Amino acid sequence: MNTILQLRDIVLTLGGKRILDGLTIDFWEGHIHALIGPNGAGKSTTANLIMGLAGYRNFQGELIYQGESIADWSIDRRARAGITLAWQEPARFEGLSARRFIQAGAKDRSEARVCEVLEEVGLDPGRYADRAVDRTLSGGERKRIELASILAMEPRLVLMDEPDSGIDVEALECIFGALKFFKQQGATVIMITHSLAVLRRAEHAFLVCCGKVVNKGSVEKISRYFEQKCHVCDDRTPTLAELEDIRVGS
Amino acid sequence: MSDRSLLEQLYQSIGVNPHDLWGRLDVARIEIHANRVLGVHLVPGLEVEAESRAEGIAATIAVRPGARLMHPVQVCFGMIPDNGVQQIELRIEIGAGARAGVVAHCTFPNARNIRHEMNAALEIGPGAEYAYFERHVHGAEGGVLVIPKSKVVVREGGRYQTDFELIKGRVGRIEIDVEAAVEAHATADISARVSGRGDDAITIRETAHLAGEYARSVLCTSIAVRDRATAEVFNTLTATAPFARGHVDCKEIVQGEAVARAVPIVDVRHPKAHVTHEAAIGSVDAKQLETLMSRGLNEDDATDLIIEGLLGEKRQRLD
Repeated sequence: MNTILQLRDIVLTLGGKRILDGLTIDFWEGHIHALIGPNGAGKSTTANLIMGLAGYRNFQGELIYQGESIADWSIDRRARAGITLAWQEPARFEGLSARRFIQAGAKDRSEARVCEVLEEVGLDPGRYADRAVDRTLSGGERKRIELASILAMEPRLVLMDEPDSGIDVEALECIFGALKFFKQQGATVIMITHSLAVLRRAEHAFLVCCGKVVNKGSVEKISRYFEQKCHVCDDRTPTLAELEDIRVGS
Repeated sequence: MSDRSLLEQLYQSIGVNPHDLWGRLDVARIEIHANRVLGVHLVPGLEVEAESRAEGIAATIAVRPGARLMHPVQVCFGMIPDNGVQQIELRIEIGAGARAGVVAHCTFPNARNIRHEMNAALEIGPGAEYAYFERHVHGAEGGVLVIPKSKVVVREGGRYQTDFELIKGRVGRIEIDVEAAVEAHATADISARVSGRGDDAITIRETAHLAGEYARSVLCTSIAVRDRATAEVFNTLTATAPFARGHVDCKEIVQGEAVARAVPIVDVRHPKAHVTHEAAIGSVDAKQLETLMSRGLNEDDATDLIIEGLLGEKRQRLD
């Protein structure tokens, strides 16, 4: 299996707190990965760091994409190299139509392609292409439109932060459908989640806790492990002894 | 230069093929260059009287009571030369129960030293509906001073809607002043969208007086300024009657060394009236910017797209 993205000993401190603490992960090209773990474990931070968002660029360690360090790359350079991010809570754009939003990053900006990707996420182009991506849309509708924009972009590496957050069952099925599409296209997906339903759609899982990978492997192994042992992390930072127990248990 | 050639240049500057419009006998139109009315086409229910003056025109546009115009009246006015003065005195009367719309294009494509003034008095009759959209198209030099002033009375149950757009070319200097008196069960929605750059200067005053029961008004301003441009917005909403409702909304995006100021005034003088306001001035939202950059747009292109959305260019429609 080819590695598309490597994180090596990543340390990131925000507001005086060490959020990522020696995080090391390899992601395989064309595979669907999940980062699972409790709130505050550093999952979303990892996605933001990979995308290069402001506030997540001053870290120690190595970030290697397709064999090249991208630590100094701007967000748009990373995006043009094929990396993109679906936000947990997509941005609202007052007055900007879904069509213009989708076309902004699309490889093919034709009307036909806009309609195609809207249909892929279960939205009627006749009803949605001209609608503004603003507060008049529900969270689920905005998530679907964001996903449509990512499908149109035809990325190589998709970061999905809490893809099931704030959406209904129908929208979740669309997201799962998009996962299949990315897989068929040979794209790599990294999902950030603490949902077992989402985790089960992945091929590989990493359990993140306190800014480290504390366990990794098959989805079955990690989901079982998460259900049985990770309750200690749900509401508070685990003690060193508890972390050690997790590691021993793996 | 022939009248036809002047008209073609005016239309060309706003990206409209005049022959498409001239072929539509069901669409009324009024065409004005400097101080001359070059073309008028009327439809049943619409009356226009116009006279030339030394530096402009005076016109009365009336829609007969009960008349319902199927399509917006298309108005094109402006000046092709790079300097001069155009003063327009306008009276608009929408009869009781009538319905009409106007799409106006005001164009100064070659402006270097132009002064355009409009003084409009509007009366929207009882139960009448009037929607006005005005798009300005200026040249790249910014050598234009635009002073549009409107005084509007919306009679009982009437509906008035106006939208001003200046997002193509340089603003130069603009001083918009719209004031509406809104009677019982009537509404007035007033909005302006302007994009300034260079040393453009924008001043907008939108005022509504909710004087009757259940009167409604929304004052909405969206501005983007960059370089050294300045913008000042004064929105005033006064409510003196029970169940009057209003909202003031001002959004301004500031880039570079530009300066923006918003002064919303909400003046409520009846305990059963309710008026709200919202003003946001700042740079482009970081999350919006990063979202578009994560699709591959560079920062400048992403900023332009966000501003394009905020200012929202409207499509010209004939129907």
